Amino acid sequence: MNETLMLTVLTIITAATPLVYAALGELVVERAGVLNLGVEGMMLGGAVCSFAVAHYSGSATLGIVAGLLAGMLLALIFAFLTLSLQSSQVATGLALTIFGIGISALIGQSLVGIAFAGLPALHIPWLSDLPIVGRLLFSHDVLVYGSFLMVALVAWFLNRTRAGLVLRAVGDSHHAAHALGIRVVRVRYLATLFGGACAGLGGAYLSLVYTPMWSENMSAGRGWIALALVVFSVWQPGRLLLGAYLFGGISILQLHGQALGINVPSQLMSMLPYLTTILVLVLISRDRGRIRRNAPASIGQAFHPTT
Amino acid sequence: MSVYLKRMGVVLGAAVLSAVALSAQAADPFKVGFIYVGPVGDHGWTYRHDVGRKALETEFGEGVETTFVESVPEGADAERVIRKLASSGHNLIFTTSFGFMNPTLKVAKDFPDVKFEHATGYKRTDNVSTYGARFYEGRAVIGTMAGMMTKSNIVGYIGSFPIPEVVRGINAFTIAMRKVNPDAEVKVVWVNSWYDPGKEADAAKALIDQGADIITQHTDSPAPLQVAEERGVYGFGQASDMSAFAPKSQLTSIIDNWDAYYVDRTRAAMDGSWASMDTWGGIKSGMVSFPEYSADVPDDVKEAAEVVRDGIIGGTLHPFQGPVLNQAGEEILPAGEVMDDGTLLGMNFYVQGVQGDLPK
Repeated sequence: MNETLMLTVLTIITAATPLVYAALGELVVERAGVLNLGVEGMMLGGAVCSFAVAHYSGSATLGIVAGLLAGMLLALIFAFLTLSLQSSQVATGLALTIFGIGISALIGQSLVGIAFAGLPALHIPWLSDLPIVGRLLFSHDVLVYGSFLMVALVAWFLNRTRAGLVLRAVGDSHHAAHALGIRVVRVRYLATLFGGACAGLGGAYLSLVYTPMWSENMSAGRGWIALALVVFSVWQPGRLLLGAYLFGGISILQLHGQALGINVPSQLMSMLPYLTTILVLVLISRDRGRIRRNAPASIGQAFHPTT
Repeated sequence: MSVYLKRMGVVLGAAVLSAVALSAQAADPFKVGFIYVGPVGDHGWTYRHDVGRKALETEFGEGVETTFVESVPEGADAERVIRKLASSGHNLIFTTSFGFMNPTLKVAKDFPDVKFEHATGYKRTDNVSTYGARFYEGRAVIGTMAGMMTKSNIVGYIGSFPIPEVVRGINAFTIAMRKVNPDAEVKVVWVNSWYDPGKEADAAKALIDQGADIITQHTDSPAPLQVAEERGVYGFGQASDMSAFAPKSQLTSIIDNWDAYYVDRTRAAMDGSWASMDTWGGIKSGMVSFPEYSADVPDDVKEAAEVVRDGIIGGTLHPFQGPVLNQAGEEILPAGEVMDDGTLLGMNFYVQGVQGDLPK
């Protein structure tokens, strides 16, 4: 395998990793019937907190934990407002993004201009030494492995466990789930917190690995791409992984194309994730059964046990 | 979406400004306002303007009160913010992005007693000055260094938007590079953003993957240098000294220096000698400067860079001195002639040595 091609694939994997985390979390949230549009804000919160903690403590591990917790904290605010106080999920999610952008800039004020060494690549005995495959799959940092693992875990959880069934039931019909004695609000709280933790990890990946530094608004819209990705994947973890590499791949390949002198307008390429998502939506909408099987039916609706 | 967010910010900013205006009337210091297109934390363009603002505070102390509004979108909102500053007792207002040009002029017409300074524009009136820096002079210096230090003869250039300012930088860099190394070529990747660390890093990776062993950039974040450091290639900092992010990789940096200009203009406005004028300063006036070279720069490269720098300061060397050839190899400026500022300001073509087509 050609060296350039190999490096390109490695770059695509790193470009896609924050998307995988953020989108996977949102997928679980939406599967539980909650629409949290605050992914971008939670990513930024995770990015700034993980960078701050990693910088001041000197420990990348603590940084990762801090990013995860920061994402969860922001998600908790969202969950309290929408699930306990029943505010509009769409409006609250948008507000969460605005809040996340602002608060992360505030926290990060003193961190501008500071560099961080980044996470070391983990060497896995034997596996990392395999030709080609070793380099492609086993030469990454812990967060990339985590993203592979997380996709597998979520897929297994949603499709193979009782708890996953409960979560899907809550997302499909909260009234039916409630009638069965499932505590809808509690399930949604947990799912929302998980989503926040994942978005926080995506943010931690940005500020600790991808570009190891803090800069204002550094997620630069990746949270929105993650939201598009969930729809693109038709709420399936496997397809989500595929989609993330596709979206990451498009953005990397257009840069390579330019360096090679292939003249495709780069603005067009920046639009592609959204265009593709719309296209997929149109295609799956032709087959109504397919949407019905996958899209959570009660997404975005407030639940109150007495109604 | 992001426009909406920024609007919210502008509304909040305007509210804060009116509060500031009310509380400040008693002391009556000279009030200077700044309007920034990005966040002061970008470590690039806006960051350096804010360093200039802080220089005013150091220089004049209590005598001057400064206000800034950051992340102001270029458009209708800009006019609102500028108007707000003008109507809240600011005596001098710096608007620091090209897109603020027309809003600045519009507001200036309604406030003849307020003085305005617009960065990188070309329209002036009695109370509107323009200023900018000849960053291309700095690019001629780093282009010389790149030409001498590249081994693969491929140098990567990360561009923001294909506007004359950026194209001029690419061309100045390429001309200087080819003077010392006629075989070297420049590959350009556009990221369509002034500031997106992730995308800038990806662009740097793409360029390095395709053989570039030195990269340079006209975008504002240190991310490309971090990639260069990680991949073991060289690079140059942009707008500020970025050596903290790439201690081994940054050979030098082009620093934007507005401090002296801001102090001068504020003093002039305070003592009444302010007049509308255009300033396009460069290395000579100190608007463009360099931090110390890295230890990796060999002595002969250092000397060559200094010859170019000193030549520009002394007026014996111009980065766009003929013969200048276009990409097709046709001579567009005969030997010995120096390109006029009009052509420089509207530059919309690549010179020989730049690969690929300029996006239109």
